[in-house]
Amino acid sequence: MKKVNFIHLRSKLPLLLLVFLLTFSTTIYSQDAPAETPTEASAGVATGAGGDAAAGEALFKANCAACHKLDKKAVGPALRGVGEKFDRDWLYKWIHNSQALIAAGDAQAVKLFEENNKAVMTAFPALSETDIDDILAYTDQPKADPVAAAGAETATSNAGNDGGSVSNSIVIAALALIFLLLVIMLFLVTNTLKRIAEANGVVYEEKEKRTPIWKAFVQNQFLVLVFSIFLLLSAGYFAYGYMMQVGVDQGYAPVQPIHYSHKIHAGDNQIDCNFCHSSARKSKHSGIPSLNVCMNCHKNISEVAPETATEEYSKEFYDGEIAKLYKAVGWDPAEQKYTGKTEPVKWVRIHNLPDFAYFNHSQHVTVAGIACQTCHGEIQEMEIVEQFAPLTMGWCINCHRETNVNLATNEYYAKIHEELSKKYGVEKLTIAEMGGLECGKCHY
Amino acid sequence: MASNKKYWKSVEELKEDSTIVKALQDNEFVTEIPTDEFLGDKEALESSSTTRRDFLKYVGFTTAAATLAACEGPVVKSIPYVVQPDEIVPGVANYYASTMADGFDFANVLVKTREGRPIKIERNDLAVNGGSANARVHASVLSLYDKNRLTGPMLDGAAVTWPEFDTAVAQKMNEMAGKDIVLLTQTFASPSTSKLISEFTAKYPNVRHVVYDAVSCSGALDAFQNKYGTRALPDYDFSKAEVIVSVGADFLGDWQGGSYSKGYAQGRIPKNGKMSRHIQFEANLTLTGGKADKRVPATPSQQVEILKALTGGSASGLPANIADAVAKAKAQLQKAGSKALLVTNLPDVASQTLALNFNANSEAIDVNRPLLTRQASNSEVMNVVNGVISGSIKGLITVGVDPVYSLPNATEFAEGYQKLEMSLAFAMKQDATASLAKMVAATPHYLESWGDAQIKKGTYSLTQPTIRPLFNTRQFQDSILQWTGNTQNYYDYLKETWTSSVLAGGSWSQALHDGFLASDVEVTMEQVNAAAEGAGVIEEGTSNGALSFLSQEGGYDLTLYTSVGLGDGQQANNPWLQELPDPITRASWDNYLTVSAADAEALDLVNEHVSNGALNGSYVNIKLGNVVVENVPVIIQPGQAKGSVGLALGYGKKAAIQEEMQTGVNAYPLYQNFSNIQKVTIEKASGMHEFACVQLQSTMAGRSEDIIKETTLEIFNTKDKSVWNSIPVTDYDHSPISVRDKKADIWSPFEDTVGHHFNLSIDLNACTGCGACVIACHAENNVPVVGKEEVRKFRDMHWLRIDRYYSAGESFKEEIETLENLPAFDSYKVVEVPAYENPQVAFQPVMCQHCNHAPCETVCPVAATSHGRQGQNQMAYNRCVGTRYCANNCPYKVRRFNWFLYAENDAFDFNMNNDLGRMVLNPDVNVRSRGVMEKCSLCIQMTQKTILDAKRDGRPVKDGEFQTACANACETGAMVFGDVNDKDSEVLKLKGNDRMYHLLENVGTKPNVFYHAIIKNTSEA
Repeated sequence: MKKVNFIHLRSKLPLLLLVFLLTFSTTIYSQDAPAETPTEASAGVATGAGGDAAAGEALFKANCAACHKLDKKAVGPALRGVGEKFDRDWLYKWIHNSQALIAAGDAQAVKLFEENNKAVMTAFPALSETDIDDILAYTDQPKADPVAAAGAETATSNAGNDGGSVSNSIVIAALALIFLLLVIMLFLVTNTLKRIAEANGVVYEEKEKRTPIWKAFVQNQFLVLVFSIFLLLSAGYFAYGYMMQVGVDQGYAPVQPIHYSHKIHAGDNQIDCNFCHSSARKSKHSGIPSLNVCMNCHKNISEVAPETATEEYSKEFYDGEIAKLYKAVGWDPAEQKYTGKTEPVKWVRIHNLPDFAYFNHSQHVTVAGIACQTCHGEIQEMEIVEQFAPLTMGWCINCHRETNVNLATNEYYAKIHEELSKKYGVEKLTIAEMGGLECGKCHY
Repeated sequence: MASNKKYWKSVEELKEDSTIVKALQDNEFVTEIPTDEFLGDKEALESSSTTRRDFLKYVGFTTAAATLAACEGPVVKSIPYVVQPDEIVPGVANYYASTMADGFDFANVLVKTREGRPIKIERNDLAVNGGSANARVHASVLSLYDKNRLTGPMLDGAAVTWPEFDTAVAQKMNEMAGKDIVLLTQTFASPSTSKLISEFTAKYPNVRHVVYDAVSCSGALDAFQNKYGTRALPDYDFSKAEVIVSVGADFLGDWQGGSYSKGYAQGRIPKNGKMSRHIQFEANLTLTGGKADKRVPATPSQQVEILKALTGGSASGLPANIADAVAKAKAQLQKAGSKALLVTNLPDVASQTLALNFNANSEAIDVNRPLLTRQASNSEVMNVVNGVISGSIKGLITVGVDPVYSLPNATEFAEGYQKLEMSLAFAMKQDATASLAKMVAATPHYLESWGDAQIKKGTYSLTQPTIRPLFNTRQFQDSILQWTGNTQNYYDYLKETWTSSVLAGGSWSQALHDGFLASDVEVTMEQVNAAAEGAGVIEEGTSNGALSFLSQEGGYDLTLYTSVGLGDGQQANNPWLQELPDPITRASWDNYLTVSAADAEALDLVNEHVSNGALNGSYVNIKLGNVVVENVPVIIQPGQAKGSVGLALGYGKKAAIQEEMQTGVNAYPLYQNFSNIQKVTIEKASGMHEFACVQLQSTMAGRSEDIIKETTLEIFNTKDKSVWNSIPVTDYDHSPISVRDKKADIWSPFEDTVGHHFNLSIDLNACTGCGACVIACHAENNVPVVGKEEVRKFRDMHWLRIDRYYSAGESFKEEIETLENLPAFDSYKVVEVPAYENPQVAFQPVMCQHCNHAPCETVCPVAATSHGRQGQNQMAYNRCVGTRYCANNCPYKVRRFNWFLYAENDAFDFNMNNDLGRMVLNPDVNVRSRGVMEKCSLCIQMTQKTILDAKRDGRPVKDGEFQTACANACETGAMVFGDVNDKDSEVLKLKGNDRMYHLLENVGTKPNVFYHAIIKNTSEA
C-alpha cells in the first residue's frame, strides 16, 4: 500500500522546521566544520606526489580513463603499478601502437592481448615518451588508503551525529527538569504563603457566584445558532478539503528497488532528460529507460567519485546501487561481459493516471515544448523523486486555460491560425480556445 | 358477506390448466429468496459452528477491512525492458505486413502491434490479388490468444520435449518404411512449403501428399483443370462485368474461397449513368442475393435447369416466373457479349464446365492468373478416407485440417484413424483429430510463423511472425526441415527459396516490408492430387449424373453454406466471431436450418417471440440416408426458395472449444460426397430453441423514405433528385419548410468551420453487409463480448451494427404503396410481416450518427456526453452515472449500456476474462466498467493520433490520413471517413453527391454520418 504524507502537514512544516532550526542552529553549524576536513586532506595527498604525476593524471583522464582504471579491470586491465611490471621501452611501443607489436609477433604482447579477450587497444602515436612517463608516474603512485580515510570520515560524522542527538535530548531533558522544578517551587511558595496568611488570620472575600460561562452560552440561543452554523460550515470546509485530497498523491516518493538519484544524473552531471526518457518525444509514455540505456554509461562507471557521496548516502551505498544495476542487467564487472542472466527491475510507478484519462507526453514535450520541470518539479534536485503536481483534472484544465498555443512555428496550425485570426482578429489562442477542454480530448 | 363470484381478467383465466396463466403466476415473483432451503434444515443450522455472533463479527471485520483498504491507493509497478528492442517505442504501434493462409481464408494483412503484441489486423492495400480481409481475417488476431491452444508437443497424450518428439517420429518413420503413409494437408498455396514437402516425400517415398479442403471446390478445380491444364480457380473481376448472372453462387460471401466484393462494388456505383446489372438465382437468401437487382428464388434442382437454359439449353420444366426470368437474363447476357459473366456454385464438374465455357470470352474472367487457394480433389480425399477406414493406409499425418470433425463420415473415419499404426497431427488445438492422434505436434498461429503464399498466380505474399511464439510450438515446415535432416530453419529456407526464384534479383527486405510481390517468375509448385494422374479428363463421365439425386421425389433440397462468422469452423473458439450477427438472419451464437414460410407451415414449424422479445424456433431432425442430424433449430427465412432448406457448416465443434462456444449443430455429416447440395427429409422434433437474434424488426414499416432511400437506375438517370431523394419537410408558420432550412432549427448552430470537422460517408450501394467493420470496431475499441444469453436480451455491445431490412412487398416502394392503401389497423399487422416469398433486402451499417444537435446530450443529467468541435459526440465514461436517459432519447438506438462488468468477470468468460485474451486489448482505449453507457466515438483515439502526428511533424493533415476502424476495414470503399473542412477531401465530394441523405433526417438531428441512397438497375432489356 502506498503512503503519502499528509499534505496539510506540508503547510505547517516550514514553521516547525524554523522553530526546530532556531533551537539547534548552533549545534548544526558546529557539525559541519569537521566534516569537510578529510576531503581536503585526501586532495592534498594527490597533489603531493610530484609534478610528473599531476600532468600524468590529466593525460590519463583524457586518453586512458575510457578503458582503464587504476585498481579495477575495465575494458582494459587495471593500470596501477604497470610501469614497474613491464620494460619501459616495450611500454612505449605498446602504447604507440599495440597492434603493430602484436603483428610483429612479440610474445609478451600476444600474451597480453589474449589475456584481455583480444580487446584491441587504441594506438596513441601522438603521446610523446615524456607524456607516457608522466602517465606512468601517475599510475605508479602507491595506492592511498581510501578505506581508512572513508572509515574515519564516517566515524567522525557518526560521532558528530550521535553527539548532536545526545545533546538535543539532554537539552530538552534539562529544560523539562528546570520547568518542572519551577512549577513545584511555585506550588510550594503559594502553599506556604497561604498557610502564613491563615496563621495571620487574613480572611478571604468570598467570590460572588456567577452563572458559569457554558450555561450562559447555552442560554443565548442566537449565539448557539451562529456558533453551530459556523461549526457546520467549517466542518464542511475541512471535510471537503480532506475528501479532495483522497487519491491525490502529491508528494508520493516511494522507495525504489534501485536508489536512482536524479540529482546526480540530471542535476550534477546535467544529463538531458530526453537522453534517457527518449520516448517522451515521440510516444504517449515518457518511458522508464531500459537497462541497456543505463549501461551505455555505466559499463565504464562502476563506482561513484568520492565527491558524490553525501552525508546521507555514502560512496559505498551508491556503488552498491550500481552493483544492483549490474546484477539486474546481467553484467559481470570482473569479467567485463554480460552473463545473460537478467532480472528486470520492478520500479514503483510514481505518477499514476487513471485508465480513463489519456495523456500523451509527445504532445506536451515535442509539440508544445513544455519543460519536464513544469509538471515534474525540480527533478534535477530530487535525490528521491516525488510527485510534484497534484495530477488532478483541475490542474490539467487550469494549465490548458492559461497556456497559449505556439501557432507561429508549426505548419499544422497555419490554416487554423489564419481562419481564426480572420474571424476574431486574435493573434494568440489558448489551448482551451482550440478545443482543449472537450471531454473527448482526454477521455476515450 | 363474502361473495363467491369469480372475477377474471382474461378469458385465459377461465380455462383450467392454462399454461399462460401458470407461467404468469410463476413469473410474478421471479427470484424467490430460497429461505426454506437455507433455514429449513434445523439440524444443519444448529450443528453449524458459526454462531450468529461470529457471523456478525465476520461481517464487521470484512466491512472494516474493506473500508480501510480503500483508503490507500495500490502500488503500481512498472517494469521496463532489460534491453529494449530498437524498433519498439513503448506507446507507439508498429505495423508489419503479413499473410493469413489457413486453408480457407487467404488474405494479405497488416498487423498492428503494441509493445510486441499483435492487437489488430488491417487490410494491406499494397497487395493486389484475390485475398480479402473479411470478418474472420480481422478476428484472427483473437484466435492467437486462444487459451485452449496446445502448449507443446505430445506423445500418447503426454507432454514431451521437441527432441524427444523428433526421436519418436524418426523411429516411427523408420518402422513404417515401405508402408503407405498419407500427408493430408490444408491448401498451402505456398511455393516454399510445396518444395519442402517434395523434399520430404523424396526422402520418404512411402509418404504421399494429399490436399484436403474441408469445404471443397473440387468441381470447379476439375473443370478448370480440364480446360486450362492447371489445377486452380479462375479469378473474376466483377468491375468489368456489365451483366452478372449468378446461379447459386454467393460470391460476396465465401464462394470459391475468394471474396469479390471489391470489384463488384466498383461496378455497382453509378458512373456516367451506368452500373452493372446483377441477377441472382438462389435457394438460400445470401448476401449476394440481398444485393442483387433481381433475385429469383430457385431450388438447387431448378438451378441445374436454369444453368442449362442460360448456357444454351431450353428452359422447359421450370415454373413460369423462373422461366421468364431466365429468358430475360439470357437475353441480357447475350447482349452484354464479352462484358457478361455467369457464375455458379453447383458442385458438379459438368455445371462448372458449363459456366467456364460460357465465360471463355468474358473480359471479367482471368484464367491466366488463376487463384491457387483451393487444391483438393474429392476423389483423392475419398481414396484416403476409404484407405484409412479399410486399413490399407497405415499412417496419416494431418496438417492444418481436422478430418475427424469435418469429414461427412467422421465416425467411421475416427474408428479407422485410431487403428492406424502412425497417426500424427499438426494442430494448433487439441481438436477432434489431435485428441485421437498418437503424436501431436503443436503448431503456432500464423502471427507467430514464417511463410509464403501464392494466392493468385504471379502474386507472392510473405507471412512473418509478429510475436514470439506464446507456447512451445514449432511450425510444420520447421518440423519437416528437422525430419529431412536439413539444419536450416524455415526462415532461412524461405529466404533462400525466394532469393533463388521468386525475387529474381529484387530486394528481400522490400518484399518483406510490403508483404507482397507481384512477379511473373514461374515457381514450380508441387503438382498435387488429380494432376498427378496425368492430363486425362477428370470425373466428366461420372459427374454428369452427379446431381441426379435431386430429381428424386419428396424431401427438401438442402444447400450447405459457410456463414460469414465461422466459415469452415476453424475459428469456432473465437468469441468475436460467435457474437457477430449473421448479416441476413441477424442471429448470433448459432447455426440453424433456414426454411421457407410455406414449408414451415406445411411442417408445422414456428418462430415466435417470447415476452421479453427474444426469438424462439422449432427443432427439426434432418435425415439423409442413414445420417440423422438431430435437433436443428429452424429459422423461417423470407426469400428461401420453397422446397429448399439451408444450413451452415462449421458449427457444432466440441473438441478444444470452450463450453460457451460449443454452439450450433455439426452439419458436416450431411456434406456427403463433398457436395453442398443434398436431398434430405425433415421431420419436426419436440421443444423450442432459444435464439440470440438482435433484430426482430424485419420491415421498415413503410418508413423507408426516412431510413433507406432506394430508387432505380432509370429514375436516378432521368429524374431530379427531389423526386427520389427528397429532403424531408416540416412546418414553420403553418407553411412547409425544408428541415435543412435554418429557420426549421430550434438550436443555434455549432461553430464547426474552423479546424477539423469529421464526417463519415456510407454508400449503401457498395455495402455488402460483410461484417468486417463490426469486427474491426470490436478490436479497435475493446468492445466486450456479452454471450448468448445477454444478446438474447438485446444487450449486445456492438458499437456498429448492420441493420438488415426486408420489404413488406416485392420492393420498398411497393411496401409504401400497399401500406398507404390499407386501413390503419390492417397496416399495423401487415407491417410486421416481410414479403416471405421474395422480399427486397437492404443492409445499413448504423453506428452513432454524431448528431450536431444530439438528443442524447440534452438529457444527460451529468453532462457526460457532449459535443466536440470536430463533430464528434463525445462520451466521458468516467462521468457517466448510468441513468440511460441518453439511450432512450437516441432515435438511432446506438447507445450501449454496460449492464455488467464484462472484463475480469467469470460470468462472462470470454477473452477479457483471461490474461492471454486481454493481450488483444487496445491500450489507447479504456475498458468500460459496469453501469456506464458507451457508443461509437468515431474512433477519436485514431483521429487524435493523426492530428498529433501532423503536429509533431509540423505539417497539415493530408486527405485520407483520418481513418476510423470501420472505414479502414471496408474493402468495398462503402465507408469513407474524412474532414469536411478540408476542401479537397473525398468525403466532402461525397457529401455533395446527389445520393447523399441523412438517416431519419426529419427529426432534425443534423448527423455527421451520412448515407448514399441505393440504386438498383432494374432494366430488363
